[in-house]
Amino acid sequence: MGSSERPLSPHLDIYKQEWTMVLSITHRITGAGLAGGTLLLVCWLLALASGQEAFGAVQAFIGAWYGKLLLFGWTWALFYHFCNGIRHLGWDLGKGFELDTARNTGYFVALASVGLTLLTWAVGYASVGGNS
Amino acid sequence: MAEFTLPANSKIKQGKEWPASASGGAPQTFRIYRWTAEDDENPKIDTYTIDTSDCGPMVLDALIKIKTEIDPTLTFRRSCREGICGSCAMNIDGTNTLACTKYISDMKGDVKIYPLPHMKVVKDLVPDLNAAYAQLASIEPWMKTETAAPPDRERLQSPEDRKKLDGLYECILCFCCSTSCPSYWWNGDRYLGPAILLQAYRWIVDSRDEHTGERLDNLEDPFRLYRCHTIMNCSKTCPKGLNPAKAIAEIKKLMVERQY
Repeated sequence: MGSSERPLSPHLDIYKQEWTMVLSITHRITGAGLAGGTLLLVCWLLALASGQEAFGAVQAFIGAWYGKLLLFGWTWALFYHFCNGIRHLGWDLGKGFELDTARNTGYFVALASVGLTLLTWAVGYASVGGNS
Repeated sequence: MAEFTLPANSKIKQGKEWPASASGGAPQTFRIYRWTAEDDENPKIDTYTIDTSDCGPMVLDALIKIKTEIDPTLTFRRSCREGICGSCAMNIDGTNTLACTKYISDMKGDVKIYPLPHMKVVKDLVPDLNAAYAQLASIEPWMKTETAAPPDRERLQSPEDRKKLDGLYECILCFCCSTSCPSYWWNGDRYLGPAILLQAYRWIVDSRDEHTGERLDNLEDPFRLYRCHTIMNCSKTCPKGLNPAKAIAEIKKLMVERQY
């Protein structure tokens, strides 16, 4: 008889990535991302308030392709977290727990977040003419 | 803080490839988690191939065939073979379910079988359920009353009140749901998990029980109840088609409603 301690059975590595947990972890990741991204936006505003030089520096970062990519990601995170937050509100009322409903609302949230993100950027570019 | 990786003694190694029991027919390969306390080795994955044309249709039939014909040391729990005892709960093809109600033909490629996730392993596919049973005892899953029962008959319930127990009383406590829940993986020592919370709700909504307030008091805790983040793995995986996530949401609603 060996003296080895009982092992822990595998979990995250072997569990199927189902829509349930994927949508849920995405909610959490977008929430964390929003907190970080909002800091970036605050920097932008602070720089704007403190003068041309500071604003130029931050604008150079945000205006570059990687800055825009970050902003684009932040926009999507905002819409995903917002839409899925509404889904959570439904659950808090005890509604939408049937598996079909929960799956459909989840896919709808994913699609809506992408659609709203593209729409926001399209409207943004249309109104400033892409000269940002 | 959650530990996302397995401890050193739990990392899975490549195991033995057992020779096929018979050639021809409809060969199906099973890759099964093995661990025994009888040596000091890490868990490993053994590979077995059987002829499913000469086997019952369920994964449990395959496990029994492997144990009978290839490897008598393969260890798993089973009893009723019809989805009512909950003994053969395990992780099959990535999701938790009962081996006795899961069709072999539902799966493509090699069938991977692990014990219920994030549990201490007693041997092979047998998890240690002592902690889960202790959590069940903590919610006192029996009727608690103050008033005396009628002397001449049982405590009666209206059909409407009885209906509130539908979708709850069917739970067989197989713990597929609790061990599918990431929140239970990371906080299972303090979070009660979906199986126990569904049981708790079963007694909270029972019109005959007279300790509803006390039951809710016991759940009013950041961990015991509120580690549920509505991930919904529990409802997705329940082999009985129940909805623990909804039961938990109903408890949360009662917590709010009783404040007004």
